Order: sequence, then C-alpha cells, then structure tokens
Amino acid sequence: MYMSPFTFLMCVICIASLGYGANVMAFEPTSTSPSKLPPWSQVEDTDPDPDPGETTQAVFTLNYPRIQIPFEITLWVLLASFAKIGFHVYHKITVWVPESCLLISIGLIVGGIMHSLHEKPPAVLTSNVFFLYMLPPIVLDSGYFMPTRPFFENFGTVLWFAVVGTLWNSIGIGISLFAICQIEVFGVKDITLQENFLFASIISAVEPVAVLTVFEDISVHEQLYIVVFGECLFNDAVTVVLYNLFNHVAALEVVEAGDVFLDIGRFFVVGLGGTIFGALFGFVTAFTTRFTGKVREIEPLIIFLYSYLAYLIAELLDISSIMAIVICALTMKYYVEENVSQRSCTTIRHVIKMVGSVSETLIFFFLGVVTITTEHEWNWGYILFALLFALLWRGLGILVLTQIINPFRTIPFNFKDQFGLAYGGLRGAVSFALAFTLPDSIGRKNLFITGTIVVIIFTVFIQGITIRPLLKLMNVRKTNRNQETINDEIHKRLMEHTVAGIEDLCGQWSHYYWKDKFMKFNNRILRKILIHDNHPESSIVALYKKLELQNAMEVLDQMSGDISAAPSLISLQYVSSTSRPVLLFSEVFETV
Amino acid sequence: MGSTNSTLLKIPNVEVLMQETGFSPAHIIRLHDRFKALDKEGRGHLCPHDFGAIKELAMNPIGDRIIGAFFSPGKETVDFHTFVKILAHFRPVDKDRPKEPNSPEPINSRSNKLKFAFQLYDQDKDGKISRDELLQVLRAMLGMQVTDEQLESIADRTIQEADLDRDDAISFEEFRKSLEKINIDHKMSIRFLR
Repeated sequence: MYMSPFTFLMCVICIASLGYGANVMAFEPTSTSPSKLPPWSQVEDTDPDPDPGETTQAVFTLNYPRIQIPFEITLWVLLASFAKIGFHVYHKITVWVPESCLLISIGLIVGGIMHSLHEKPPAVLTSNVFFLYMLPPIVLDSGYFMPTRPFFENFGTVLWFAVVGTLWNSIGIGISLFAICQIEVFGVKDITLQENFLFASIISAVEPVAVLTVFEDISVHEQLYIVVFGECLFNDAVTVVLYNLFNHVAALEVVEAGDVFLDIGRFFVVGLGGTIFGALFGFVTAFTTRFTGKVREIEPLIIFLYSYLAYLIAELLDISSIMAIVICALTMKYYVEENVSQRSCTTIRHVIKMVGSVSETLIFFFLGVVTITTEHEWNWGYILFALLFALLWRGLGILVLTQIINPFRTIPFNFKDQFGLAYGGLRGAVSFALAFTLPDSIGRKNLFITGTIVVIIFTVFIQGITIRPLLKLMNVRKTNRNQETINDEIHKRLMEHTVAGIEDLCGQWSHYYWKDKFMKFNNRILRKILIHDNHPESSIVALYKKLELQNAMEVLDQMSGDISAAPSLISLQYVSSTSRPVLLFSEVFETV
Repeated sequence: MGSTNSTLLKIPNVEVLMQETGFSPAHIIRLHDRFKALDKEGRGHLCPHDFGAIKELAMNPIGDRIIGAFFSPGKETVDFHTFVKILAHFRPVDKDRPKEPNSPEPINSRSNKLKFAFQLYDQDKDGKISRDELLQVLRAMLGMQVTDEQLESIADRTIQEADLDRDDAISFEEFRKSLEKINIDHKMSIRFLR
C-alpha cells in the first residue's frame, strides 16, 4: 500500500501531538497562578521587577487544556484529510482500491501506533456526537446530490428495496442467528431474540459511497445507479428506525403481540412523518430564499440552517430525521437553485460535499483505529455465521424482491443487474456507528461490535476491491449519458409527450401522468409562491443556453491574450463550425 | 374466461392481429374495450374528432400530431386493426425473441419506434425534417416561453448538430444516428395493462 513520505511524516507529527496532549492532561497545569484564572490575567499579574529567588511569572506559557478539544478535533480531521490527499497522489491505487478501504487501512495503522504507545483513542464517538454531528452532513450530501428525475421515475422500486429489503434482511438474519444461538457448541445461548434482531438490523445497513464511485467509473446504466443510491439512502432511515425499535424492545422482558403491532404502526408514522416534515421545511427554505436577493452572503447559511433544523426537530419529535433532511434537500434544491445567486449555488454545493466527505472520512478512519484499540470479544461460530447470513440473505432478498417488482417496471432488471445490486451491498459508516453506540445494557455488546467490524471490513475490502473487475467482466448494461446535445433534449422531450399522449389514448395512468400533473401544479402555483423571479424555462431552452455559453467560452479560450486583440464578431462566424456565435454573442451575454 | 373468449371471437382476424403485434389476448381485449369506449357512436371505426374528445390528449403540445399518426394519408377513419397496430409500436421490446432471418421486423422494434417518432416531425412525409417542420414542433413544445429569434437559433443549432450531408434538413438516417446513444426502448415504450 502506497503512502507518500510527506503524509507519513504528517501522520507521525499528528499522533505525537495527540500523544503529548493526552499526557499533558494527566498532570496538573504548571503555571504558577491559580488555574481558575484566564490565561491573559497571568500576564497582568506580572511583577515588573521579579525577584530571581521567587517563583516568577513565566514569559512563555503552554496552556494546552484550554484548546485541547478543538485542537484535537482539528488534528484528527487534518490527519484524515492528509490521508485522502496521499491516496490521490498515486492515481492508480484509487482505481483499484476504493477509498474506504484505504481510509480504514490508515486508521488501522494509526490505531496500531496508538496501541503500541498504550494510548486510548479519543472517546468522541458517542451516540450524540454521531447522530447529531456526523450523520446529518453525510445524509444531506446524499440527498442534495440525488438526481431527481431518475429518482422519481424509480421511486417505487427504490422504496421497495429500501424498506422491504431491509426488513427482509434484518428479520432473516435475526432469525437465522437466533437459530445458531440455540446450538450449544457456540456458547452464545444467552443472546435473546430481540438482541439478535438488533444486531441483524445493524449489519443490514448498506453504504453507497464505495459502490457508487465504481458504478460511475464504469458507467453502469442509470437505473441500477439510482436504485443502489436510493436504496442506501432510505435504508439508513429504515435501519435507524429498526435499531431504535429493537433497542427499545430488547430492553423489555416480555414482548406481547400488541407491542409488535404498535411498533409496526410506529414505523409508518415515523417514516411518513419524516417525509412530510422534510417537505414542509423544504418549502419554507425555498420561500425564505425568495427574499434574500439583497443579502446574498447569507444564502448558503440559510440552506444549511434549515436543513439542520429539520433534522433536529425531527429528532425532537422522534420521527425519522434522515427522511426529513433528505426530503428537505430534495424539495428545496429545485427552487433554491433558481433563487440564489450563482456564487451561493456553488458555495452550497461545495460546502455540502466537503462536510459530508469529511464526516464520512472520519468515520472510516475511526473504524480503523477502533478495530485495534477496543477489547474484542471473538466467537468463531457466531461471527462467521453472521457474515455468511448477511451475504446470503442479501443475495436471496435481491433475487426474490426483483422477481416481484420486475413486472411493474418498464425496464426490468436482468440477472447481471441483480448481481450488481446484491454484490454492491457494502456495509459501512452507519453500521459501525450504530454498533459502537449500543447501550451498555446489552450483555454481548463487544461481540456485536466485533461482528459488525468483521462484516464491514470483509465487505469493504473483499467486495469493494473485486466489484469493479467483476462488473466489467459481466458487461453490465452501460449508461447512455454522455455529451449532451440539443438534439437529444428535443427528441427526448418529443418522445415524452408522445408516450404521455399514447397513454392518455389508452386510458392508462402511469408516472408520466403524475409527473405531468405535478408539473402543471408546480408551474401554476408553487413557482409563483416560492421563486423570486418567475420565468418558467423549459429544459430545452436552459440546455441550449448552457451549450451556447460553453461554445462562447471555448471561443474565448482560443484567443490567448487580451480580448482587444480578438477578431471582430463577424469574422467569428467562421471560427467554430459547431455554433453560430454571431447572432448569439450578444444574446448570451445579456441572458446570463 | 368464457366472456374473454367470446369477446375475442367477435373481433375479426384476431389471431393474425395478435401474431403481427405481439399483444396477448388480455391486452387485445382491453384495447378493444377502449376502442369501443372512444367510438361513442358505435360505428366500428374512429374519426379524428373521436380522438379529439380525449381531454388530456387535446392539451398535449403534440396531440394533434399523435392523432394524425393514426390516420394514413387519404384515410379518414381508423378501424380496430390499425388502432392496435399503431399502438403496438409502444410495446416494450421483447429481448427473448429468437431472431429468425426471414420473419418481418416486429412492429415494436427500435427502428420502427424511431420511424414513428420521425413521422411526428415530418408531416409532409418527404422523408426529411425541414427547418420549418422543426420550428413548428419546437414552437408547439416551448409555447410562448421563447422569442422567435431564440427559436430559430435553437432550430439552427439542432440541424447543425445532426445534419451530416449539409442539406439543411434531417433525414431519417441522420435522425437515427443522432439518437444512437439514447435508450429508445425505454423512452418509447409503455406498459400495457391487462
């Protein structure tokens, strides 16, 4: 595994400082003034003529405890970032080995170093820190960058796999593991059914990042991409709900049938509640941005604040906060991007990506560190069977669920797609955090943590590394997305209208019908309320403007030097054959 | 099952129809019901104003062109067979169909779907989409959002992108080539209900 010398040096420095920091905490502060006073008052206390014999005020003090927490956080994040920079220095490696693997490996190394120095990792990964600070950026990132059109076209499938699939996995794995527990040989008879379900729900949560990068690299067709993406996103929500459910149930001594029904009902309330709540917040955000024309600087802030607020209030009301923030991002994106300035738009996207990626990086990193430094409880039978069942039930689940949903799809999934779906089920950040934050009341907590880590590491390393060559070998259907042309857009639009018309002719409803209805509602009512400067623009016109702008930029780039040396507009007619800049230069600059 | 058989028997040449179009008996029956519902006067064939009565179709930007596609030049009416054959264009492509070398191309092949889309542009049926025809379609789809100048610019750009032999019009081959990367099967198919 390659790591640049610079990165290695920085790692060592960071760890050394962290170690130092930890050591300093162990001793009393060494300054002479009482520790309660703020540091700057020490200077004021200075006697102008200190006697050499007395204990004097030091001219240079080191007050580590004051900055310890922000300092350590910064160092950890910096360390993780260096790791990321280091990987991309050598490009080939990121092609074959997904980033998550590399991050875990670095984490393992750091963990090893810390372990040999007998350091403990910072006890920051508590339940609150994870759920309130680290998870929202990741989910916001996924929600904001979800391609809306394919998503809504495949909405049913996505929900089907996310909800029913996760339930299938959790219940299947839970029951099989419970059966294994009954076998005396493995010595795990004390794990109750509820605890098994809890563990099963933890290891059913799939993680999209590594898989999606691979999918993008080999350009798999959109349907597969969006289903994996959507499934991972929503199954986070489902897993967290199940986790809380089973956590609550695990604490009970006796489970009655009535409780189960209440729990199922609660499941729906939580899911739907989150969605409606998120949509509401999305609209409120869009509405607010309508008025931010004069205060462009705070536009990104508004977006983040509202999204985070949606998450927090959903947590308060105990409904699905993940659903809330995702739906909020999805609904507001369309309106917000029309209201805010270009710069704010870029800032928003950039910051969301940055914070989401940092969060994800940190979690994988911690995974590596924690693997070495926690006390593990190892049980061959239980853990290996857990791994086996996780893979088995996912494969079975995808097979069965696809058979059921295929008749409802215009383009059914073939076996290769199903393989991609099943094999692409890597576990990651969410599983780890959920396992780590299990309450101590669970007797076999360490066993569960070990089991989760094993499943994650296996799927991320083995499946993560092999999925790319396998998919290439199997020649999964590729996407048609490439250079956009105005032809494509116009003809696509024509075809959509045609199909909608034919469906009306046959008296059928389909998602085109709903899409059409929604677009009309949108244009007539929503846009008027939520958008500042309402110029409904067809996607054809928008694409055309974008392409013309690109061409204009290309022409300008060709003129290396200052623009006063540029040829006159008339002669530009002959420069590029793919566009006709003469008429359009002025148009382009006035419309943009 | 008894009623379905009897309905099927009432339709003349239904076996041939099913073979040519690839629809199942259940599909044919449903389409027949729809045909009868549209044919309010019970004449056994449809005219343009029967189609025009469908509200949503009337609001479709290219609704009139779609209706026009059902009526071959010179004919004023559409019988059930033609109705079903035109609709067969929108059946999803059968992937498992064995490729017999001598059998005619199925109606729902990619090429035929493209031809259907092409004829929606090419109203005068000269085999080319001229600049004017393109302008008309664009105007229909974009409504009043754009000025005439912008519309002409868009049309110019479209023709420039696709026109390989520089005759200022898009022939069927050029049309097909410009769409070679698009998944036509997906875009021009609907799931027929039973």
